[in-house]
Amino acid sequence: MKMNSNEGRQILVCCGTGCQANGSLQVFDAIQEQIQSLGAVEVKTFAKSTGCNGWCEQGPLVKILPDDITYCQVKVDDVPAIIDKTIKNNEVIERLLYRDPASKKRVKSPHLELDFYQKQKKIALRNIGEIDPASIEDYIDRDGYKALEKAFSISAEQIITEVIKSGLRGRGGGGFPAGIKWQSCAEQSNAPRYIICNGDEGDPGAFMDRSIMEGDPHTVIEGMVICALATGASNGFIYVRDEYALALKNLNQALIDARKGSFLGENIMGQGFAFDIEVVRGGGAFVCGEETALIASVEGKIGEPRDKYVFPAEKGLWGQPTVINNVETWANIPVIINEGADKFASIGTENSKGTKVFSLVGKVVNTGLVEVPMGTTLRQIIFEIGGGILKGRQFKAVQTGGPSGGCIPAELLDLPVDFDTLKEVGSMMGSGGLIVMDERTCMVEVARYYLNFLAGESCGKCVPCREGIRRMQEILTRICEGKGQISDIELLEEIAETVKIAALCGLGKTAANPVLSTLRYFRDEYLAHIEEHRCPAGVCRDLTEFYIDKEKCTGCGICIKNCPVDAIHGEKKEAHTIDVEKCITCGSCIDTCRFDAVRIR
Amino acid sequence: MAEDVSNTEDMISPIVTAYPREKRYILAMMQDVQKKYNYLPKEALKMIATHAEVPFSQIYSMATFYKAFSLIPKGRYNIRVCDGTACHIKGSAVLIDQIYNNLGIKPGETTEDKAFSLETVNCLGACAIAPVVMVNDAVHAKVTSSGILKIIEKYRGDAGDEDE
Repeated sequence: MKMNSNEGRQILVCCGTGCQANGSLQVFDAIQEQIQSLGAVEVKTFAKSTGCNGWCEQGPLVKILPDDITYCQVKVDDVPAIIDKTIKNNEVIERLLYRDPASKKRVKSPHLELDFYQKQKKIALRNIGEIDPASIEDYIDRDGYKALEKAFSISAEQIITEVIKSGLRGRGGGGFPAGIKWQSCAEQSNAPRYIICNGDEGDPGAFMDRSIMEGDPHTVIEGMVICALATGASNGFIYVRDEYALALKNLNQALIDARKGSFLGENIMGQGFAFDIEVVRGGGAFVCGEETALIASVEGKIGEPRDKYVFPAEKGLWGQPTVINNVETWANIPVIINEGADKFASIGTENSKGTKVFSLVGKVVNTGLVEVPMGTTLRQIIFEIGGGILKGRQFKAVQTGGPSGGCIPAELLDLPVDFDTLKEVGSMMGSGGLIVMDERTCMVEVARYYLNFLAGESCGKCVPCREGIRRMQEILTRICEGKGQISDIELLEEIAETVKIAALCGLGKTAANPVLSTLRYFRDEYLAHIEEHRCPAGVCRDLTEFYIDKEKCTGCGICIKNCPVDAIHGEKKEAHTIDVEKCITCGSCIDTCRFDAVRIR
Repeated sequence: MAEDVSNTEDMISPIVTAYPREKRYILAMMQDVQKKYNYLPKEALKMIATHAEVPFSQIYSMATFYKAFSLIPKGRYNIRVCDGTACHIKGSAVLIDQIYNNLGIKPGETTEDKAFSLETVNCLGACAIAPVVMVNDAVHAKVTSSGILKIIEKYRGDAGDEDE
C-alpha cells in the first residue's frame, strides 16, 4: 500500500439541510469513525462537513479531494467501501457515481463534466460546498477577510464608490442599488448607525439565503464589516428565521470566531475601528422580510411595516441611519472589493450586474441552487442546467418572485432574466425562487395558493391589502370549487388593480401579481374551470375525476400497490378501475404508471 | 415534549431573566419559552411583561402576530407539513388530507390523546427534496401520499411505548 497517498486528502460531506434530511450526518459520523480506525499513518485523511452544494437532488453528496471524485446518494452502508476502495486503494466506486441520463455515462467530477455546474458562475456561492462553515481558517484560506484588509487601506468614500460602480442591486427582491443605500446612510450626520442583514427568507420555494448563511457565514460578516467601515456604523444585526436551525448555529459560531480573529469587536484588525454583530431570531412572519417591518421586529415590536417616504438609510432602527441588505447582497461585497468593481460590472446585463442565485425547484430534473450571470435565459436555466421537466412532461410555467411574483409561460422561455425584464412580463426577481410547473400544475390553484398565503401573512394594517387579498382569495377558491362565474374574472382584475395602487407596503402592492399574471397568460384555464367545470391539470378536487384507459392498462398492479386509499381494483393482467368515491386524486397512480394509462376527466 | 406546567414560575423565570430588561429581547424570550414548552403558557407571558416592563396586552399582541408561537399546548409529536410552493405543487395538500383522514386533526389541532399535533409551515427551505414533512426535529423528504401513513404509524408506535 502506498503510504503517502493520503497526504492532504480530504473527504467533504455535504451537510446542508437537504442532504441532512437524507441522512448525511450519519454518513459523516460513519466516515469520521472509520477513518480514525485506519491507524496513525492514514489519519491525514480528514472528513469535513460542508454547506449546501446546491445539487440537493443527488444528496447526500460526498466529495473526495484532490482526486475530485463525487459520490451521490451515499448511505452509511456505502462508507466501508469508500474507505476500503477509494481511500486505501485509490479505486473509484462506479456505482456511487452520478449517471448522466443523457449520455448514460458515469460521471466522476460533475462540476467539470455536467451542464448543471458548467453553466453556472459562482460569486455569492463561491465557497459553499468547498469549505467547512465552522472553520474560519477554511474561509481565510480562500481569500477570506482579504477584502476587509483592503477596505482598511482605502477611504470610506472609495469603498462606497466601488460598490456603486459595481452596479450591485439588492438581491432581496427590490433591486435597489446597494451602494446608493450606503452613501445615503454615510451622509447622515447623526450616530449611532446600524447595519442589518435581512436573512428572513420568507418566499416559499426559495432557500439561497439559508444556504449562504449555513455554508459560508463569514462572507456575510465580512460584507457587513466593510459596510460598517464605509458608513461609520457601530452595531450590526443579522435577522434570521428561527426555523433555520443550522444557519443560526453556524452564524453564531462564525461570530465567535470572527471576534477571536479580531475581525469583529473593539479594535478590528488593530485599526482602532469598533463594530460588532448580534443575531436576532425572527418570529415567523412573512411581512418581516419587508425592511421596515423587519426593523420594527428587531426593536421588539410586532412586525408591521410603515410608509417609506423616509428611507431606513435616514431613519431606520430606533430612528437612526441604517443600511439593510439581503444575505446574498452581503455575500457579493467581499468579491467586489477584492477583485474590483469593473470586473463585477463586466458580468450581467446593462442594468443588472453580476450573478443571481436561484433556487431551482418544482417539476424540474435537477433541483437545487444555481448561480448564473444576470441575463441568462429561463430556457438555459431550466433546460440546460435544470435538465428539463421531470418524467418528460410538458413545461407549463415558471413562477418567479415568490408570492409577489408571477407565472411566466412557455412562449417567454427565451427571456433573459434580470430585474427589469421580469418586471416587464408581470413578474419580478424577488429573492430568487424559480418554481417550475408542468401540465399537472393548475394555474388557478397556484394563484389561489399564493393569495391564501398572503391572506395569512397580511399584517392587517392597511385596508386595501387586508380586505382586497381576502376577497380575491374567496373568488379564486370558488372558481377552484367549480362555483365561479364568468363575471368573476373582471371582478378579480378590478380588485387586483386597486390593491396594487393603494396598498401600503411591498407585500400588498405586489399581491395581485399571481392573479394578474395567471389571468394574462392562462386565461383559458380560468375559463375551463368556470364554463366547463373542468380542471385541465387534474388538481382541483371538485372538478377532477381520474379514470384508467382500458386500452393502455396492462394490469401490472403498480398503481394498486401505491394507492394510499385502496381505490384501485382489478385482477393482474386485466385492466384496472378506479373507485371515484374512494379516490382522493392524489395522483400517485399517474406518477407511477409506466403506460400513461391513468387519465384525467 | 410538552412538560408539566404546574410548577411553571420556577421553571420559566430563569429563561426570562436570562435577558436584559429591554423591549428588544421580548421576541427572544418568547422563542425560548416556546422551545421549551412547545407553546406559551399564560404565566410566561405575564412574566415577560413584568420583566420587560411593557403592558401584558402588548405581549399578547406579539404572541398572536408571530406565527412561531402557539397559545395552546402541542402534542408529543408535532407534525409540520411544509406548504411552500415547491411542496405545494408536489402534493402537500394531499398529505394534509391524509393526516386528517388518519388522525382526525386539521392544521392547528391536536389529537385528543395529545400524541400528535399538526401545523402547516410556509417554507422550510428544503425545496429541492419536496414535499417535506417534519416531525419534531426529524426531516422527512419526498413524502408520498402513502409514505405519510407509514411515518404516522412509526411515531404512533413510539407514542404507545412511552405510555406503557
